[in-house]
Amino acid sequence: MLKAVLGRRGAQGPLPPPGTRFRPLSFEVPKPLFPVAGVPMIQHHIEACAQVMGNSLGFYQARWALTGSWGLGGSYQSSFGGSGLPGFRYLQEFAPLGTGGSIFPEPDPAGVPKPSCLKDVCSDFPLGAMLEAHRRQPHPFLLLGTTANRTQSLNYGCIVENPETHEVLHYVEKPSTFVSDIINCGIYLFSPEALKPLRDVFQRNQQDRQLDGSSGSWPGAGTIRLEQDVFTALSGQGQIYVHLTDGIWSQIKSAGSALYASRLYLNRYQVTHPERLAELAPGGPCIRGNVYIHPTAKVASSAVLGPNVSIGEGVTVGEGVRLRESIVLHGATLQEHTCVLHSIVGWGSTVGRWARVEGTPNDPNPNDPRARMDSESLFRDGKLLPAITILGCRVRIPAEVLILNSIVLPHKELSRSFTNQIIL
Amino acid sequence: MKALILVGGYGTRLRPLTLSTPKPLVDFCNKPILLHQVEALVKKAGVNHVILAVSYMSEMLEKEMKEQELRLGIRISMSHEQEPLGTAGPLALARELLTENSDPFFVLNSDIICDFPFAAMVQFHRHHGQEGTIVVTKVEEPSKYGVVVSEADTGRIHRFVEKPQVFVSNKINAGMYIFSPSVLQRIQLQPTSIEKEIFPVMAKEGQLYAMELPGFWMDIGQPKDFLTGMCLFLQSLRQTQPERLCSGPGIVGNVLVDPSARIGQNCSIGPNVSLGPDVVVEDGVCIKRCTVLRGAHIRSHSWLDSCIVGWSSRVGQWVRMENVTVLGEDVIVGDELYLNGASVLPHKSIGESVPEPRIIM
Repeated sequence: MLKAVLGRRGAQGPLPPPGTRFRPLSFEVPKPLFPVAGVPMIQHHIEACAQVMGNSLGFYQARWALTGSWGLGGSYQSSFGGSGLPGFRYLQEFAPLGTGGSIFPEPDPAGVPKPSCLKDVCSDFPLGAMLEAHRRQPHPFLLLGTTANRTQSLNYGCIVENPETHEVLHYVEKPSTFVSDIINCGIYLFSPEALKPLRDVFQRNQQDRQLDGSSGSWPGAGTIRLEQDVFTALSGQGQIYVHLTDGIWSQIKSAGSALYASRLYLNRYQVTHPERLAELAPGGPCIRGNVYIHPTAKVASSAVLGPNVSIGEGVTVGEGVRLRESIVLHGATLQEHTCVLHSIVGWGSTVGRWARVEGTPNDPNPNDPRARMDSESLFRDGKLLPAITILGCRVRIPAEVLILNSIVLPHKELSRSFTNQIIL
Repeated sequence: MKALILVGGYGTRLRPLTLSTPKPLVDFCNKPILLHQVEALVKKAGVNHVILAVSYMSEMLEKEMKEQELRLGIRISMSHEQEPLGTAGPLALARELLTENSDPFFVLNSDIICDFPFAAMVQFHRHHGQEGTIVVTKVEEPSKYGVVVSEADTGRIHRFVEKPQVFVSNKINAGMYIFSPSVLQRIQLQPTSIEKEIFPVMAKEGQLYAMELPGFWMDIGQPKDFLTGMCLFLQSLRQTQPERLCSGPGIVGNVLVDPSARIGQNCSIGPNVSLGPDVVVEDGVCIKRCTVLRGAHIRSHSWLDSCIVGWSSRVGQWVRMENVTVLGEDVIVGDELYLNGASVLPHKSIGESVPEPRIIM
């Protein structure tokens, strides 16, 4: 009997609520529900867990309940219902518990290793291989690790392993100098033995922070920071091991990385879900490379789509439209002859005829196999960096204009071209 | 009558077009710039001898002028300056040709386009009976130019003021003159500016008169003004010869299309577009305020505004070009690119967008 916990990363310290780096898209939908390669980001996790478990799955979610119109509970249970997919339930934090807090309150299941994933990663989730490794040699904590180049490793949790045994000898979160090119993927396999050290940390933190008298401020008494409080503390004690993967992996922090993750997932569909990929069909649009088209979308036959294009529910794509490296969300309309490149078109937005919506990709250096998405700050030296173009919800772009490297906030009606701007 | 046209040098201001073709032969609204003037001179003033003052020799120009001599039944001479002679020196160089008889003769800057008033100029010149007539045109912002101050009723010129800071006049020299042969006594065979060195003296002596030009006028020596001139010219065609303009579905406003050009379905062409011979515009293309020269090919769903597309150039699908982008001859623009104010030299293949104005060598 396996259980999985999907936790959200983020809310480290006094940061704004989750998903702010995902604005303006996260105004409309919680980030985990943002569609990547045609399905909510978190569905990729659920499907991966379901493959190895076929049983219960916990969601761990801070503050936002994923209920109501966007609710996962209802829609997922129904969409997975009867198909042998896991049952799942929510755990909601009532105060931020840190990245490890989600694991702790789970009642001990007897002898069950528990996969845990942070939601804002994109991966091929080699959970089967991790379980296999665990069966061969059980350890309380098994972390999924991958490689990054020296510079970029500083943005991640860095793991130093014993190359013979893969024991984690040293763990440090976002070091300021180079420590290791093995980074933490945010995908873990915990055995029930892991809960004891977690409980110890929990209790110790509570005591320490009550002594400090700082329980009102973050980190609160109930928090467990998995990386700092557990991995760093327990490394080199024969409890934490790393399983290395060279499969696909990327963080999904910003909208730009969602586009990159979408490319990775669409590519993976060739193996996992070929039925989700659009095919050339008589009377249908021209498809180049991997493209997802929702069955309810109306796409004109003279449109040319791909590679890496996802067309959402109820989208209208007019005659002679060109789409490449883009996500078009629910209900958007692209009128005739528009050209959309490296962009995300928000829910219900309209792009007029002959308009051009274009962004600049910030993909990892294709010539460096260890390169990851770069840190995704919007500005450098006070200037907006060229990045993908994002149209928020219900934005209207008039005919014939150019929107280049810009972010347009929701419900905006533009009347002219914009380049390198955030349009409030 | 004779006419001297100041063709001058390499036409660098109109590069990259003039890297392939001498400026007088660049098509403006589907006719070489020079022929607009020459044909008007022949038709309106009965000019039978045109002298081209050139500072470099071009086989292409000579060959073309030979053909035009035959076609128009006139004489066309080349007067070749070995060193730059300014705007007056070429008159001295062509002295012999200009003084073959005692008729007054025209002198024209080659870069200007207007509804050439050559018959009226002859009449005006004979009426005042003095040495020179210059055509003036009204401008909105005279402080950017040298202006001409003249008597309202007779047109006699009092003086010239360079870039006036306070308003003295809104009339500027339009680059078209008519002179009696005696003016040649004022000009030495050396680099001389007719505007700065000759005209002020003539004005002082009461020998220079200004004739006001009705209608449009533009110096089309640079791409930006070339396009503005095209708009003015097409609007003038709309009033004078509307039958030469194109109409039909997908045609918006004043559009000039050579009969051999082909336009696809669902296009929007115009306003202010001229398509040259053998141009191909595929389906779903939008073109505004552009000149497309002979043999160019615009592929489907592209959008062009304020561009000059050079001879035999090829623009890919879903290309956006704007802001006085000029493609030289035989340029290839890849699919889905954006060119903003690019100036592309001939025979170049473009594979990356040009988001800010620059020259592509």
